[in-house]
Amino acid sequence: MITLTINGKKHQLDVAPEMPLLWALRDVLNMTGTKYGCGMSLCGACTVHLDGEPTRSCTLPVSAAKNKSVTTIEGLSEQGDHPVQQAWQDLNVPQCGYCQSGQMMSAAALLAKNASPSDGDIDSAMQGNICRCGTYPRIREAIHQAAKKQSAS
Amino acid sequence: MNYFEQINQTDAEYLQEQLKQRNDLFNVSRRSFLRNLGIGTGSLVLGLQLPAVSAVPMKWADKPAADNVFSPSVYLKIAKDNTVTVIVHRSEMGQGIRTSLPMIVADELEVDWNNIAVEQALGDSKYGSQNTDGSRSVRRFFTPLREAAASARTMLTQAAAKKWKVAVNECVAKNSFIVHSNSNRKLSFGELVDDAMDLEVPKKESLSFKSPEQFNFINQDKQVALVDGKDIAMGNTSFGIDIQREGMKVAVIARPPVIASKVKSFDATEAKKVKGVVDIVQLDNMTEPPFFKPLGGIAVIADNTWAATEARKKLKITWDWSEHREHSSKKQKQALKESSKTASNVLRNKGDTTAALGNTKQRIHAEYYTPALIHAPMEPPMATAEFKDGIMHVWACTQTPQSSQRTVSQMTGIEPDKVKIYVTLLGGGFGRKSKPDFLVEAAILAKKQGYPVKVIWTREDEVQHGYYHAESYQQLTAAIDDQKVTAWQHHVAEPPIGSTFNAKAKHITSEANLGLIDMPYNIPNVRCASGEADAHHRIGWLRSVTNVNHIFAAGSFVDELAHHLNKDPKDFLLEMIGDDRHIDLSEQAEYGNYGEDIKQYPIDTARLKGVIRKAAENSGWDNKRKDNHFMGISAHRSFASYVATVVEVSKTKDNKVKLENIWMVSDSGTVVNLERVRSQMEGAAIFGISIVKYGEITSENGMVEQSNFHNYRVARITDVPNIHVDVLINNEPPGGVGEPGVPPIAPAICNAIFAATGKRFRELPLYQQNIFAS
Ligand code: FES
Ligand code: FES
Repeated sequence: MITLTINGKKHQLDVAPEMPLLWALRDVLNMTGTKYGCGMSLCGACTVHLDGEPTRSCTLPVSAAKNKSVTTIEGLSEQGDHPVQQAWQDLNVPQCGYCQSGQMMSAAALLAKNASPSDGDIDSAMQGNICRCGTYPRIREAIHQAAKKQSAS
Repeated sequence: MNYFEQINQTDAEYLQEQLKQRNDLFNVSRRSFLRNLGIGTGSLVLGLQLPAVSAVPMKWADKPAADNVFSPSVYLKIAKDNTVTVIVHRSEMGQGIRTSLPMIVADELEVDWNNIAVEQALGDSKYGSQNTDGSRSVRRFFTPLREAAASARTMLTQAAAKKWKVAVNECVAKNSFIVHSNSNRKLSFGELVDDAMDLEVPKKESLSFKSPEQFNFINQDKQVALVDGKDIAMGNTSFGIDIQREGMKVAVIARPPVIASKVKSFDATEAKKVKGVVDIVQLDNMTEPPFFKPLGGIAVIADNTWAATEARKKLKITWDWSEHREHSSKKQKQALKESSKTASNVLRNKGDTTAALGNTKQRIHAEYYTPALIHAPMEPPMATAEFKDGIMHVWACTQTPQSSQRTVSQMTGIEPDKVKIYVTLLGGGFGRKSKPDFLVEAAILAKKQGYPVKVIWTREDEVQHGYYHAESYQQLTAAIDDQKVTAWQHHVAEPPIGSTFNAKAKHITSEANLGLIDMPYNIPNVRCASGEADAHHRIGWLRSVTNVNHIFAAGSFVDELAHHLNKDPKDFLLEMIGDDRHIDLSEQAEYGNYGEDIKQYPIDTARLKGVIRKAAENSGWDNKRKDNHFMGISAHRSFASYVATVVEVSKTKDNKVKLENIWMVSDSGTVVNLERVRSQMEGAAIFGISIVKYGEITSENGMVEQSNFHNYRVARITDVPNIHVDVLINNEPPGGVGEPGVPPIAPAICNAIFAATGKRFRELPLYQQNIFAS
């Protein structure tokens, strides 16, 4: 049994310790907001926060998440009103939407550290997240907007 | 894109005829009708008669495909609580269709947007074509949906007039109400449902439509929040991969690494030891042609995805290789080069190109090569099936629920009406999810195992077992006499999509419509032809299909000609296109025109020049360029829309380039959801950047060499310059939007690189060329 703290709640899991957190979330806990895109830390679709750090859950063994706090897209806010989630909705950032949980988790982690990132900061924080639909211009814009909103509140 | 509908003129004509005859509305909520069907009443339901199209044209099939079936209906439901439910029968894959189709209804019917609800349709031929490809959801359903909405509006208005005992023409629909302004009375749509249900559906000829200045959404610059926007922001969406069923197991499949190879023997001892593995199942071998059949192999079924993929690694399989084991991309390229030289299969002919090329003083020749590509949607194919009480239920991210239904039925022996296809959201499609092989795998396993099965395609599976965009070798030759281009010869050799359905197919057919025979330049001698090409993978269609390669070559070549003649590339493009006219290819080629009537959707040179001029204006093409900044241009009409692109690069000291700006100008006639059209153009530009920089599938020993995003790279945020989109709006009928933005990107980038560095790249991709500054 492995105990994980996910979005502030404790969960007991009976899984192989090397199972990646992504599949524990999706297949065992039925939390499907976190997506699979590559399984090799190449695309960022599976990004969650591990003690606040953006982390690719597809290559993180569940055992490595023990005693740490995991935040997934479902836990980013109660109502979907985190500044990043708001900006994503205001600007209609998504196309298919599949990559966007990971994009928002990376963006939220960036803004937690850097309250007003430059385009360059955004590019380097977000370059691990692929969007095949090509929403990058809006992602940049939305991060700037979320930054403004965050600093205003 | 779907081809199938536009491939041959006969199909297209038949379709249009049917469309004309069958496109009538009927009121399925009339009480008697509903009573007969045993359906409860309570909402006004309008059906639409729309055409359905079989997935595979007879011509391409070894055995006959399912018949063309024509039956109703796209439904609109108006409930007593004022909710207008639009049943969206097309798949959402990022183009915004679940928002845009309801906008058509909301506009024409005058619904308050807050009262709109969206329901996703099951796969059912009664909805008409559900093949979400070919950039035609709005193109094909704009008018039918407006008719449905106008009929509903008329009936609600009549119901109100009757109630108030006033003349119908004194009543108007406004924001989910019918208003009688003379007496200041109003009734909500919901209050009128009961009365409207007893009325006859008005004749189509009697309908009146909103005029353009009355539109709320159509052709307006008004952003509407995506209907799924909030769910996406909260991670609440349901994609193909997200389906969970009670008692469900997860399967991954070890498919033959070389297509049409068979399992000779396998040893699953080690695989079975992995904790969580439930069963190992051998699937039937695939016999060619591949159609939409599963590829065969060994399925590993487990409690969870991790156990399944770990166990798959431990399978020991010996393969009995097919003849495709001999295939290598290097050999293939050489073979295509040879066969495109002579290109015996003439697809367009005007004048005498051979003579003109023989007699000219200046003959210009260039050869282009583009590799195979794979779709790489962020969500690979995913399907979950459950066989219960004789009914096969399949949930999947499919672009084509009807051909899924038919194929599942054919391959499992379950009657089509006992196969239910539920369309989830698609994490991107780009054409991959038009092919239902992955649904069939799930259905076969669910039927055999007796419990629900989700088949997961890993990224490796997606990259290595796809329906590939084919590699293409192209030879272009032109004659220049007295500073004018007098002959244009475009020869191609590329494995045809037809080979997926007919093992004997070696020549392209409908692919020629896409950027080859529709060449718009006014040149007296033209020859477009194809050479034979063997397919060694399943060939499919990918966003904008062969426009990608044809326009890379033709759009680069015309730029080469401009430089030969020392002319400004933009001015030269305009000069080559020539006078304002509708291009008539009827004497020179069999042109499919994306399945559209050429009178309604002509090849209009004025519109093509219009987007070019606008792109030049927006980019400041004619102004003095910034130091070390250079531009390239390209334009193309596809899917009945016109797009021009100007790309600006800057040059570094070491003669490398950096993408600075991309200007896109599109003209797709009437626009329903302007903001989504812009987002499609942004996405298309980035899809194009992926093609230019990175996209390349190669094979050795018949096996695909790429496997994941490290060696099949796609554009990241760092690859993307500023993208400026300008959508021209007019009252022409709507054209396609999802695909037309892609084709001009590759030539425009390469033309800009040439302007900057003098290096002409005739082969894609460029990542190994050391040309982009990091
Ligand atoms: S799925 Fe984890 S980075 Fe791609
Ligand atoms: S929105 Fe589709 S992959 Fe990003």
